[in-house]
Amino acid sequence: MTAYHLAQLNIARPRGPLDGPLMADFMSRLEEINALADAAPGFVWRLVGEGGADATALRPYGPDVMVNLSLWESVEALYDFTYRTAHLDVLRRRREWFHHDDLPAYAVLWWVPAGTIPTLEEAHERLTMLASDGPTARAFTYRAPFPAPATSPTGEPANA
Amino acid sequence: MSVESIGVLREPARRAVYEYAVDRGELVSRDEVAQALGMGRTLAAFHLDRLADAGLLEVSYARRSGRSGPGAGRPAKLYRRSDTEHEVSLPPRRYQAAAGLLAEALERSGADERLFEVARERGRAAGDRSGSSRGARRAEPDRSREAENAELVETLAGQGYEPARRDGSIVLRNCPYHGLARDFPPLVCGMNLASVQGLIEGLGCRGAVARMAPEAGGCCVVIDTPVGDAAP
Repeated sequence: MTAYHLAQLNIARPRGPLDGPLMADFMSRLEEINALADAAPGFVWRLVGEGGADATALRPYGPDVMVNLSLWESVEALYDFTYRTAHLDVLRRRREWFHHDDLPAYAVLWWVPAGTIPTLEEAHERLTMLASDGPTARAFTYRAPFPAPATSPTGEPANA
Repeated sequence: MSVESIGVLREPARRAVYEYAVDRGELVSRDEVAQALGMGRTLAAFHLDRLADAGLLEVSYARRSGRSGPGAGRPAKLYRRSDTEHEVSLPPRRYQAAAGLLAEALERSGADERLFEVARERGRAAGDRSGSSRGARRAEPDRSREAENAELVETLAGQGYEPARRDGSIVLRNCPYHGLARDFPPLVCGMNLASVQGLIEGLGCRGAVARMAPEAGGCCVVIDTPVGDAAP
């Protein structure tokens, strides 16, 4: 088993109220896309608001900053779900619904020990790291990925 | 590397072998090539191996009979087009590097929709410019949807898509923007969809609808042609 999981955070500001006409197409596809993620090979976990089915009600970083936080077995698994499924068609229209004009970084990847769930505070720190230092092993992007650490969190070789 | 690779295609028979393998879009055997092109098996094998040495084809081994174990025969040597890209530009030009910079800048500024607008306009213009379509539309304003779809396939082929008809759809076996699309999928695949939509509009192809279908492999766009054969 892999000793690390890939964590993914992205944030964005919606262009209108979630129950308004501007966001209607996005909201109507949410359930389908979340089900697709849950069933995707390599999917581990995603953040869900208390009593909800998704994270759309959460605003941990500001009054109108929405979050996506999830865990995957590998960069490839996350890439395949994000870009090689019906999710791509929704992503193609992202600018109709969201902007990130004043956000210094809006998407970050990092490795966490398998079995742990990153906190929203930690996730935000990773985003801040990416914004200030660019891609590093501790906070990176698809276009500049880093491999999982070679040793397990307990110091054993990772793939023993 | 690339100049040598492309040079290998200068020999007409070898080029025919390459084009046959590309057209098939799947693994092909020496026997199939020999039979399809009416050449000896030894010559077909020679050309296939030269193409593989040059990095234009990829080699794998498999038993084609479906049997395995003793008595199933030796695995056949099979060939298909390599994913390696070959580009030669004289004098040297670095348009791919420029495309990467432009794409990243567009993504950072969130201007995806502007790119889609431009792609759609250009696609429409390219479809409209297509000489045969103009002539055909003038000559026979009520030509069949099948004729329109056939022309769409021809136009797409001219733009590098490698279209193939399949069960009421046109699938595109090649992504003309592959490397860039891998790095910027929503941006570049969205641009690609808009281009194809524009092309369909420009050609006046009434029965064709382009949509995203990234799970299909090859290009992320599929064109549905549901009335291709039925309606006039």
